[in-house]
Amino acid sequence: MDTARFEKLSETAWQVPPKGAMRVPAIIYATEDLIRDMDDKVFEQVTNVAALPGIVRASYAMPDAHWGYGFPIGGVAAFDADEGGVVSAGGVGFDVSCGVRTHLTHLTRADIMAVQQPLADALYAHVPAGVGSEGNIALDDHEMTAMLAGGAGWAVEQGYGHAGDLERIEETGCQKDADPAAVSEQARKRQRREMGTLGSGNHYLEVQVVSEIFDEAAACAFGLERGECVVTIHCGSRGLGHQIGTEFLREMAIAAESYGISLPDRELACAPIKSEVGQRYLGAMRSAINCAIANREIIGHLTRQVFARFFRHGELPLLFDVSHNTCKVEMHAVDGEERKLYIHRKGATRAFGPGHATLPEALRAVGQPVLIGGSMGTESYVLVGTGEGEARAFSSACHGAGRQMSRHQALKTWYGRQVVDELRARGVIIKSPSMRGVAEEAPGAYKNVRAVVDAAEAAGLAKKVAKLSPLICIKG
Amino acid sequence: MSDGRQREAKSARWEHFPHGADIGVRGLGPTKAAAFEQAALAMTAVMTDPAAVGHDEAVEIKAEAPNADFLLLDWLNALVFEMATRRMIFGAFDVAISGNRLEATARGEAVSRERHAPAVEIKGATMTELRVAEDQPGTWRAQCVVDV
Repeated sequence: MDTARFEKLSETAWQVPPKGAMRVPAIIYATEDLIRDMDDKVFEQVTNVAALPGIVRASYAMPDAHWGYGFPIGGVAAFDADEGGVVSAGGVGFDVSCGVRTHLTHLTRADIMAVQQPLADALYAHVPAGVGSEGNIALDDHEMTAMLAGGAGWAVEQGYGHAGDLERIEETGCQKDADPAAVSEQARKRQRREMGTLGSGNHYLEVQVVSEIFDEAAACAFGLERGECVVTIHCGSRGLGHQIGTEFLREMAIAAESYGISLPDRELACAPIKSEVGQRYLGAMRSAINCAIANREIIGHLTRQVFARFFRHGELPLLFDVSHNTCKVEMHAVDGEERKLYIHRKGATRAFGPGHATLPEALRAVGQPVLIGGSMGTESYVLVGTGEGEARAFSSACHGAGRQMSRHQALKTWYGRQVVDELRARGVIIKSPSMRGVAEEAPGAYKNVRAVVDAAEAAGLAKKVAKLSPLICIKG
Repeated sequence: MSDGRQREAKSARWEHFPHGADIGVRGLGPTKAAAFEQAALAMTAVMTDPAAVGHDEAVEIKAEAPNADFLLLDWLNALVFEMATRRMIFGAFDVAISGNRLEATARGEAVSRERHAPAVEIKGATMTELRVAEDQPGTWRAQCVVDV
């Protein structure tokens, strides 16, 4: 994108003042270089979101923003129900509550490298990954309803995970006001055999070593030590969330006109929060959030089972679990007034700063861990929410590297085997059912994640704590 | 083949087109139904080579929508649903369209990690670049981006 289309507010904040149908400004947090690399569609989408009814303060894009569906991926927008605000299925996306969790292992790099290959093989065999893989957990309709209402708390009750994990998950592992009755039969059917599965595409399970510390105090509070290893899991609400996204995008796109909403792009499909379809979507979407966090809790449990075979101390305490594709009700200060807002984060991470009342006691003084997944085989980062992030973008930060090359182009550029061999030479084991999938997710197909997190830090959205480098990657 | 990811079969063919994070599927054919069949083949090709998929099992699909665009969306999403819940992959399609109603048979087999090595799972067909149009007399196009 041409930066001349923006007003420069600072080195990492660029604004489009309201014009035409825009009700509020659009603001992108990124460096000039990152903006130049962004698709023009990001400009179109972030300004389209600014035109939606009831939007508060601004339509935001994070440093990793790229062309999404209606909203840019990396888009953040808040809506006030009392001002005609909307909830948008497009603003949440297909993979509801896709997110990342990181478990500590307190094992050293040498501990992992001593068993690197058998550990990689065991994780690959034990955690179902890829298209057509099935979990060992089949849910009947009654159990499905309990899972959709209970989230990670349900998983723990079933014996998958530890009660102590729950305070380390957003909303303590259960999104309240979920309405399992709003989840269709088709969505339930798609999920019946998918609990505890990783999925495919950019979803992964990685064993990583803490290779750099940027903030000693925050790292200490998070339990991160240089040279120690962690396990990071990236996946979402699986078929259930995809089906809910599919159904409500269609329904809202068709119904928008009846609510007097003119959509500049059908993918912005939305409905007033105070409408029947809006409420039904919120109930279904919250159920899908519970499905995603239950799924990640189960995968965490499967990971612990594998580690227990190799190491006597296979506890793997949970550092934190964040969700990327959500609409959540949060209180935020707007012009000095506390307001109840519906915060859409599409490919963006919630990033509460120090002192936030909802954070567990051990983290409250420091702030929320913000887990940023890099591309396969490159580095990932742990950041921490900042106090100023509230004013910047309703306490939100980037979520990953963001693609810079289409799958189409990636396939023309790399062979999967070549990617696996190159990473192997650098000490990283990749396990995947599909070499074509590996080629499509080649590290070079993504932006430089370091540039993205540096921009997030410079913009005050979140602060760097630690860098994580992969040793084993199980790719779906 | 224009770019290695395009196949021709008589006058009907499919192709992929790029999208930032995902991938576009496009079917072209002499009729709307043929374009829909080719769009479905293009979607299978996002996962694996359609020619490598057997035709052992047939699944009947019906859809009805307010217009042709939504009918394509519903057709592709019905296939996504059937593939996900039956753990199948489809390699051949017969589509009949009457007004805004579709009746179709999808033929395929159980998905195999070894033989098909599917690259990605399709989360859903989207309204991005969604278009069904008769570009020239006797040349139909049916396309959209699929989220993977």
